Amino acid sequence: MDKNINIKVKIWRQRGPKEKGFFETYSLENISQGSSFLEMLDILNEKLINEGKEPVVFDHDCREGICGMCSLYINGHPHGPDEDVTTCQLHMRKFHDGETITVEPWRSAGFPVIRDLMVNRSAFDEIMQAGGYVSVNTGGVPDANSTPIPKNKAEMAMDAAACIGCGACVATCKNGSAMLFVSAKVSQLALLPQGRIEAARRAKAMVAKMDELGFGNCTNTGACEVECPKNISITNIARLNREFLSAKLKD
Amino acid sequence: MTTINSKVPEGPLAEKWSNYKAHQKLVNPANKRRLDVIVVGTGLAGASAAASLGEMGFKVLNFCIQDSPRRAHSIAAQGGINAAKNYQNDGDSVYRLFYDTIKGGDYRARESNVYRLAEVSNSIIDQCVAQGVPFAREYGGLLDNRSFGGAQVSRTFYARGQTGQQLLLGAYSALSRAVNKKQVKLYTRYEMVDLVMIDGRARGIIARNLVTGKLERFAAHAVVICTGGYGNTFFLSTNAMASNGSAALQCYRKGAYFANPCMAQIHPTCIPVHGEFQSKLTLMSESLRNDGRIWVPKKLEDAQAIREGKLKPTDIKEEDRDYYLERRYPAFGNLVPRDVASRAAKERCDAGYGVGNTGLAVYLDFAEAINRLGKKVVEEKYGNLFQMYEKIVDDNPYETPMMIYPAIHYTMGGIWVDYELMTSIPGLFAAGEANFSDHGANRLGASALMQGLADGYFVLPYTIQNYLSDQISVPRFSTDRPEFEAAEKAVSDKLTRLMNIKGKHSVDSIHKKLGHIMWNYVGMARDAEGLKKAIAEIEALKKDFWTNLRIPGNKDDQNVELEKALRLADFIEMGELMARDALNRNESCGGHFRVEYQTPEGEALRDDEHYSYVSCWEYQGEDKAPVMYKEPLDYEFVKRQTRNYKS
Repeated sequence: MDKNINIKVKIWRQRGPKEKGFFETYSLENISQGSSFLEMLDILNEKLINEGKEPVVFDHDCREGICGMCSLYINGHPHGPDEDVTTCQLHMRKFHDGETITVEPWRSAGFPVIRDLMVNRSAFDEIMQAGGYVSVNTGGVPDANSTPIPKNKAEMAMDAAACIGCGACVATCKNGSAMLFVSAKVSQLALLPQGRIEAARRAKAMVAKMDELGFGNCTNTGACEVECPKNISITNIARLNREFLSAKLKD
Repeated sequence: MTTINSKVPEGPLAEKWSNYKAHQKLVNPANKRRLDVIVVGTGLAGASAAASLGEMGFKVLNFCIQDSPRRAHSIAAQGGINAAKNYQNDGDSVYRLFYDTIKGGDYRARESNVYRLAEVSNSIIDQCVAQGVPFAREYGGLLDNRSFGGAQVSRTFYARGQTGQQLLLGAYSALSRAVNKKQVKLYTRYEMVDLVMIDGRARGIIARNLVTGKLERFAAHAVVICTGGYGNTFFLSTNAMASNGSAALQCYRKGAYFANPCMAQIHPTCIPVHGEFQSKLTLMSESLRNDGRIWVPKKLEDAQAIREGKLKPTDIKEEDRDYYLERRYPAFGNLVPRDVASRAAKERCDAGYGVGNTGLAVYLDFAEAINRLGKKVVEEKYGNLFQMYEKIVDDNPYETPMMIYPAIHYTMGGIWVDYELMTSIPGLFAAGEANFSDHGANRLGASALMQGLADGYFVLPYTIQNYLSDQISVPRFSTDRPEFEAAEKAVSDKLTRLMNIKGKHSVDSIHKKLGHIMWNYVGMARDAEGLKKAIAEIEALKKDFWTNLRIPGNKDDQNVELEKALRLADFIEMGELMARDALNRNESCGGHFRVEYQTPEGEALRDDEHYSYVSCWEYQGEDKAPVMYKEPLDYEFVKRQTRNYKS
């Protein structure tokens, strides 16, 4: 049964990308365990505003686990201690009375801090722009049922396509690698006949952009798969490696 | 007297769109390069419009309020997208999709627009498959379909419970490609704060850079608004936190008519409110009504025992359950349209049969489906929704029924547009949920995705050319012009005014008060007395806002509270407009239910003789009442009937 708890939150505050950050600790009383983690931060911000202080800046939007905007590193885990959820779906029932909760932004060379807990993830957009698509214009495409696709292939593509681009994989990776993110998109499109045609070009372009933007290499620690809120599998990384190697061999 | 010209082409219904396309004016490739288009928003309508216009050769500037276009709230749509493919051979056709949409909208939409929507629906599915959208498939490799409310055929295409996500990612990938080819310039973490007009035409916007807090100017030959709906006027809704009605209101204040503002959709299957601190409501997809059965206890004493925690839903015997939708609407059962399902839930709860500790909830039960199909099949179909429910409520829906209650979800009203999706301001267009055009008084499930993509991929790319064709000799405008200067100054002054209030209350605390007023008086059941009260209370709240608001920080810096304050100032105005429109409409239709106008069985009682029109509101200045014009809805092709989902 949900009850009310008293907690301390130790939060990373940082004015801007170039400024020095620091932890600040706040006490909160009577937080309902039925409230979400972000609602707890709303309560904290309400309190700060009432005290005439500046609220904590954090990214969030849909608050139902699908937009990928929320991005908090809680007690050493991206999206906190619960399994298969984003920060916005994390509820306070996962914490106990008297606990001190540490909240940090994603920390990675690829995602510079903008303010407090908000980071810049434009690098993901840039990787997508480098090749994360099928090159078709609007109109002039064949009937949707003209190419049958085996159900298992479509399901595997959907598993990969479920990525929400939150960046938890990068944040948790000791190398700051974006391989899980990149491989999910490469896999989704390589598995489908519509995307197969430019699979080689896509793999090379997206990997090259990822390297250029300062993301690290993959050393198969598997941390990304564990922390991914959408269960994206590292078998996608294996598929990306195959696509990438075969593309390079053909060069 | 201003007359409203909707520019509907002549001719038989089925030929209007092809006739239009055959005779509209085009812009040649060399001239397209000289024409700029601003697209505000990157949801289904915005991303698809920006990508398509860019591919065609226009220079597109695309604005996104989030950090990436992939996060627009279209991403959260769960259930599916309709199209008249008739792949199931169950009697579907373009006409039937058109008819269901018109009927579902309670005969308050424009026939020609809705027919066009049904007509282009099939191309959308083709386009998405070509982009690599992984729709659900049968073992034979062909596309699968399911049913949604308000239809007797299976025409809904889906990608698990994440259809909106997959369609948006498809549009986002097309947009990313256009950005790569330098056809589109993308501005993320920017919010439109005003429309700039030059000589009576829309020629640009002022946008606030949400990272630096600076105001910036952007000029173009045309502006397209794809900024979604205004459901967050209610504070608690299924909309995302940043979803707002401000861009639409900026256009309204510059002279664009606002159409049918009172038409808001209350979605029947949301997770019930659980406390004061709640920030938003979560939707449970309508697709769940394919297999879930909605019920409350038959006996008042059972309902009370459940509320007190003395009985569990599984303790209630089959014969003591009231499957009220199946009882009242045998022909459609649990798949009645959203407005009907929402009102029926409210009726049961008001009568004392509601469950949950607040009594404001009904059950959505999968026990029968799990028996019939097995847990595995149910999990395959709805697994992610069940998981989402369990994480929020901490209860396992495979074992105990879900609890649901209606919540604000979508706004059918929006910026008035003609057949070409142009507003009453030349050069200003609106697409997707931001316009009012296709859903009348109630939107059917799986039709929002269809409309957003129809507008962006297949309508606007044609109609905007008809406007731009006579703009080819207009040179690019300098943003140093006095019109830009004045617009930026007005915004800057407004920001200063907000910062200078220096009161004691946060934005959210005032927004919550607005939400209460809206839900109580402008929600599922409205009456004249309540609406008048709402208008008076909103008036008072506006004073409260402008005297008691507190915004920490600075105006020329990143400032989340200031962003929210700007939006709330507009929500307050929006709330008043909604109440005014609801008060004017002395009938019940679709999502607009006036308790004074109902049949003896409690169904919506339309008044076609007096209210068969689109109400188009024109802004008259601050603190002045807006003026309403009527666009008559003359039904040429469909015979209006009382909506019947019973037999």
